[in-house]
Amino acid sequence: MNSVRIFFVGGQITYRALFHWLTPQIYIPSLVVAPIFQILLFAYIGRSAGLESDEFYVVGNALQYAAVPCLFAMTQMVGGERYQNTLSAILVSPARRIPLFVGRAIPVVLNGAFVAAFSLAAGTAILGVDIPLSAVPALALVILVAAFSCTGLGLINAALSLRIRENAMLSNVLFGFLLIFTGANVPLGELPGWMRTISDGLPFTHAIEAARKLADGASLGSVAGLVGTEVLIGLAYAGVGYALLRFMEVQSRRYASLERS
Amino acid sequence: MSLLRLLYAGWKFHLKSLTLSGFFLLTSVFQPLIFASIAYLMFNAGARPGSLLYVAIGAGMMGIWSSTLFGSGGAIQWQRWQGTLEYCIAVPPAFIWVILPLTLATATIGLYSLTTTLLWGWLLFDVPLHVVHPGWFVLALPATVLALGLLGLVLAATFVLYRQANALSNLLEYPIWVVTGLLFSLSLLPGWTRPLSYVLAPTWGVQAIREAALGGSPGFDIAMCFVLGAVYLVIGHFCLRYFERLARERATLALA
Repeated sequence: MNSVRIFFVGGQITYRALFHWLTPQIYIPSLVVAPIFQILLFAYIGRSAGLESDEFYVVGNALQYAAVPCLFAMTQMVGGERYQNTLSAILVSPARRIPLFVGRAIPVVLNGAFVAAFSLAAGTAILGVDIPLSAVPALALVILVAAFSCTGLGLINAALSLRIRENAMLSNVLFGFLLIFTGANVPLGELPGWMRTISDGLPFTHAIEAARKLADGASLGSVAGLVGTEVLIGLAYAGVGYALLRFMEVQSRRYASLERS
Repeated sequence: MSLLRLLYAGWKFHLKSLTLSGFFLLTSVFQPLIFASIAYLMFNAGARPGSLLYVAIGAGMMGIWSSTLFGSGGAIQWQRWQGTLEYCIAVPPAFIWVILPLTLATATIGLYSLTTTLLWGWLLFDVPLHVVHPGWFVLALPATVLALGLLGLVLAATFVLYRQANALSNLLEYPIWVVTGLLFSLSLLPGWTRPLSYVLAPTWGVQAIREAALGGSPGFDIAMCFVLGAVYLVIGHFCLRYFERLARERATLALA
């Protein structure tokens, strides 16, 4: 029962505490307006290059932009605690680590999904992209799965931030790689073979492909394989992230490096 | 003479200091490479391949804008956090001549972007590095950097009035990339955006560099860089004076 409370209540309270600075003056420019212009930028490059339709870029970039809240917020979950000198108090507590860390990921996933959904709706409206209303529930599910999958990668990022001082830079680097490798802007078939291989193991790749098919009128059942793969990728990253967090925690205790990096 | 020495010393100091910043290296080297790579792949795969040198210059210019935006937008706030703002205001030279080298340095560091996108394109995407008008090219680069540095002065003087300067920088990065047509022709944008494009130095800067590199007449574009730079200098001067007076009146110089 205590673990359930830590998972839900602890996760929510921690999110509110660590993101008290995320006021509308910061949230709107960074997470509402910026993704719309990312969509517009690539849609216009796409028109200029004569590559794909606007729908391709709206769906790809809307989903991919969930990486900003998912990667940065998960990192802040560890980095923010350290900054406020509360990390050691948390790690010394007897709370079970799975509810402690994974509970913090729930608000991050929901925020990431909101950012992606809003960007998709705004991009669709601005560029006049036609997505059938019947596809909306399935698209919502895919967006949620994509945000979950990227939050798994964010957990790895959070663990690394126990050792890396410039964790925001690492998030930026990961965001850049996701922009290239996930097929958000370049069709996967046009990527060189080695890039295509990497993209198969990244968050978003399968979710973006599934979302594009749904936007073209496919049923949820026909993209179940892609969605399932995305879930598995998310679980794999979350598992690795959790293991890495525990490893870093042990290393931090052993070498007294918790507050140092 | 002493003013020129002040500008040069300040510019050199800030250039060195920014070069040591991981954030600025990320903004001016890594990020443009990401956008350049995507654009190369898109144009290579598209039905209208276009010139990859055009893309390389545009992606490099994106980096120049980003480093100017983030560096200059937070310039005064940055001095405030470091506790050096009072000294910058109190020294005998006018505040504008102390801040200007910093904003010029943020634009200059963007040249790393152009260099890296050109080399990256040449190494991996066979982008030809042949410049049609080398003389114009050598003139277009400093003219663009100067114009963006002076635009940075306006950003520095106005962003300081907004508490969340970083969020404002986030807000303006993509829109300016779009509206100045750094990676595509301005003719693709709706007509109502044209006046916005024309009052922004990156529009003329990228056109100047492109016309010098790919062939064309960059003279007018370079002249526009100088004209806009002069306008930004005047606007920046008045905005800084207003900020300084307000800060002295309200005793808020050291307050965020």
